[in-house]
Amino acid sequence: MASLSFSSSVSSSTPFLRPSAFFLKPRSVSRLPLVRAKIREIFMPALSSTMTEGKIVSWVKSEGDVLSKGEPVVVVESDKADMDVETFYDGILAAIVVNDGETAPVGAPIGLLAETEDEIAEAKAKAAAQSSSAPSAAAPKVEESAPVATKVEAPAPAVAAAAPATPGKVVATPFAKKLAKQHKVDINKLVGTGPFGRITPEDVEKAAGITPAPKANVVAPAAPAASAATSAASPAKAATSFPEIPGSNVVPFTTMQSAVSKNMVESLSVPTFRVGYPVSTDALDALYEKVKPKGVTMTALLAKAAAMALVQHPVVNATCKDGKSFTYNSSINIAVAVAINGGLITPVLQDADKLDLYLLSQKWKELVEKARAKQLQPQEYNSGTFTLSNLGMFGVDRFDAILPPGQGAIMAVGASKPTVVADKDGFFSVKNKMLVNVTADHRIIYGADLAAFLQTFSKIIENPESLTM
Amino acid sequence: MQASVSPLSTPLPPHFIARSNSNLRLCGLRREAFGFRSVSQFQNRGSRWTSVVSRNSRWGKQLVFSASATVADNGSVPPTSFDYDLVIIGAGVGGHGAALHAVERGLKTAIIEGDVMGGTCVNRGCVPSKALLAVSGRMRELQDEHHMKALGLQIAAAAYDRQAVADHANNLASKIRGNLTNSLKALGVDILTGFGTIVGPQKVKYGKVGLSDNVVTAKDIIIATGSVPFVPKGIEVDGKTVITSDHALKLEFVPDWIAIVGSGYIGLEFSDVYTALGSEVTFIEALDQLMPGFDPEIGKLAQRVLINPRKIDYHTGVFASKITPAKDGKPVIIELIDAKTREPKDTVEVDAALIATGRAPFTKGLGLENINVETQRGFVPVDERMRVIDADGKLVPHLYCIGDANGKLMLAHAASAQGISVVEQLTGKDHVLNHLSIPAACFTHPEISMVGLTEPQAREKAEREGFEISIAKTSFKANTKALAENEGEGLAKLIYRPDNGEILGVHIFGMHAADLIHEASNAIALGTRVQDIKFAVHAHPTLSEVLDELYKLAKVNPHATTKPLSEPVAV
Repeated sequence: MASLSFSSSVSSSTPFLRPSAFFLKPRSVSRLPLVRAKIREIFMPALSSTMTEGKIVSWVKSEGDVLSKGEPVVVVESDKADMDVETFYDGILAAIVVNDGETAPVGAPIGLLAETEDEIAEAKAKAAAQSSSAPSAAAPKVEESAPVATKVEAPAPAVAAAAPATPGKVVATPFAKKLAKQHKVDINKLVGTGPFGRITPEDVEKAAGITPAPKANVVAPAAPAASAATSAASPAKAATSFPEIPGSNVVPFTTMQSAVSKNMVESLSVPTFRVGYPVSTDALDALYEKVKPKGVTMTALLAKAAAMALVQHPVVNATCKDGKSFTYNSSINIAVAVAINGGLITPVLQDADKLDLYLLSQKWKELVEKARAKQLQPQEYNSGTFTLSNLGMFGVDRFDAILPPGQGAIMAVGASKPTVVADKDGFFSVKNKMLVNVTADHRIIYGADLAAFLQTFSKIIENPESLTM
Repeated sequence: MQASVSPLSTPLPPHFIARSNSNLRLCGLRREAFGFRSVSQFQNRGSRWTSVVSRNSRWGKQLVFSASATVADNGSVPPTSFDYDLVIIGAGVGGHGAALHAVERGLKTAIIEGDVMGGTCVNRGCVPSKALLAVSGRMRELQDEHHMKALGLQIAAAAYDRQAVADHANNLASKIRGNLTNSLKALGVDILTGFGTIVGPQKVKYGKVGLSDNVVTAKDIIIATGSVPFVPKGIEVDGKTVITSDHALKLEFVPDWIAIVGSGYIGLEFSDVYTALGSEVTFIEALDQLMPGFDPEIGKLAQRVLINPRKIDYHTGVFASKITPAKDGKPVIIELIDAKTREPKDTVEVDAALIATGRAPFTKGLGLENINVETQRGFVPVDERMRVIDADGKLVPHLYCIGDANGKLMLAHAASAQGISVVEQLTGKDHVLNHLSIPAACFTHPEISMVGLTEPQAREKAEREGFEISIAKTSFKANTKALAENEGEGLAKLIYRPDNGEILGVHIFGMHAADLIHEASNAIALGTRVQDIKFAVHAHPTLSEVLDELYKLAKVNPHATTKPLSEPVAV
């Protein structure tokens, strides 16, 4: 059995030096000048680099035992092994704070060592105070799962999920429970998307804001080549060293940028294709001029048009979650990409097909303000079922968008420009045309689906009266 | 419990003489009788040490004619001339081992099989499970990116084809079954088809149900009918979502989430298979800790490696009081009650449930009532020489029972060893098998193996008999070969007597543990002491140096006898 000494030890007159001294806060201030005795704390040691908490296997010594330097005091079980922990100081084991079989986070006090017998009583009082606050120490209440800001993932849409057979019971799979513990996610607050409404590891990962790892061992007689380019492989490639260019400076990603990066890499695992379509916008432009004074934005118009087209083509609003099935989403939520200082976020216009243009415009204004203030709630940026990205205002005439994970399609809208067109009789005219380019997941959306959707979309834009209804 | 002589002060320990001329090696993992083995049975095992082989070697000549047997229940009179010297009921590994040895000893032998040749081990046990475990081991390795990277390998994505895996297991079973059948035929053992029933002393009838029966007479009869999976009441096995190992080995589907009821050998091995194939597993164990029956220290480490980091959770101290298969759009529902208070505790909803609660003897329809033998919870009562004991506590002449059917040690190789021991006795050489020298293995990744006593058992025995024990331990992290394989996770443990160097038990958890144990089991069988075996040389670098290390770490009183106990074995 390996042996290890706990080294951190402070006299109780300086409790603020350590992070876990937090637990002494309520009483330490007034006592500070008075305490002169040496009462040392025995901390949960970090026995391995991955250890976050340890379990007390057994106390070798009991309260009141006299300890001498180098003697094993307690046996601690880490994630890897059991180890004897020795003391660095002579003294008396005054109080055991964390008992046999209990668990404490690394660095938390597990016992108190008094220098002389006189201090035992004091140490005991201290221990009592600590153990009263210990529950919160042992199980740190974690803030509500705080998802990373830029999750562009679709919410787990209700797959007509059957409820658990036992009503009211939270059913989570073993790995889901493990992940929840690891990422400190409260499993009782999740809604399960698995079979019978159970909470799956993916649900926990989503709540914890991590990209679910691709299931490596899907039952596949012949693994499709597409899956070879998993996100796992790509970072490995990226890790290969690039030539160093002198004078370059490295700026680490913000959380939002990391999330974007993660999502973009993940998107590589989806087989996508693109279909472009020229749409004439004269009528739309005319309408826009009319409704602009009423606060209607171009974004709202385009989102509404897309939503109306999606009503007729539900497959484009669907999601392929597991490579084996279509998940048809019950609502049409249009996510709209917005650039905000050094990042990208996609506020979601929920039920865009149902809201009228004015409400939609108002909603959009609110969302953008919230996004700027970083006050978007998770469902306001991660519930999209279809994404709209418009770079037309910059004069971009066409571009190609990357499909965000969890969605079936994304539409890239270019600028509307006067274009010379020839009609079938050979007459030339100048019309405003914009190019839209849709990127879609070919596992569920095929070329003809997308073409038909674009045709519908184009008809709506060219006859935009229906948008105002 | 007779004999008061310490085994080590006797000139000759029980030798285990097994010379099978078959090249078949059958594995064994069936030590699943936790639910059944009583304490007294265990103590029997312990005291077997004290029996000494009698040395009146009359073998060579054979057959002690005992037609004068006075058993006359049912009024049936034993025949005076026999169709066979030996008839074995059941062609599993036990029956097969006995038959091969009987032929070698010149006995005219027949074997009766009512089901398929090879029995549980070959068809529904250790053999096909090894095929699945071979797949799961590789799968696990290929999926362990960290492990692969540490070796410098890059693997894109490992995937499997369920049907091909299932076929591998099935093909292996038929291949081994073929080998086993051929080996019997080649030696001239008659294979009689049908269920065997004892109709009177030295008389067996056999035949298919509903067809006319044949009756054969035999000078001696061995019952080797084995066992079937034990399913506690309240559990409805439908063969699809609620299954036993019989079904699981066919690997007809890989559920997303499976509950395994029982965390002994069978449950543990299947958890290894299922988690490697992508399932999540929930263990349901009646005792307070997982893996009962293993040395606690080994169990603890095994849990840390085989359970905690995997997609496994568990409920301990609970019984599955009711299991309903998935139907009407509902999942499999398992109702749990507290093992002590019997209060309802929880329900578990899963996609499938595997019942691995042990095995029950298959002894129905054997006609034991015809000879006044009563089974005990299905097991055929036997003495230490596998002689069947009747309801009045008397030995039934010419009737033996080996293997799972007697419940002494439910392992394939134990059955075979018992069969060989019986044949030795039949051919005039008294023989008592030392069950403490029989190794056991669990083929998880890494493997677990053991022989002899666990530490608590050894401590109990030491206290009872008044001697000291010592423990030597070594880690696989100290072994060059294990480190080369990047498989440093493992522990080997030796329990021995420091006063005389006797090996009481060896437990190994680590890479190839199942293969490593035999050096220790042979040492126990031959009575080799630590101070002697430590001079035996092990090739470097090999995993077997783990044991070398153990022997060298052991501190035996320098005044203990250094003369090896082994004496050349006359065969």
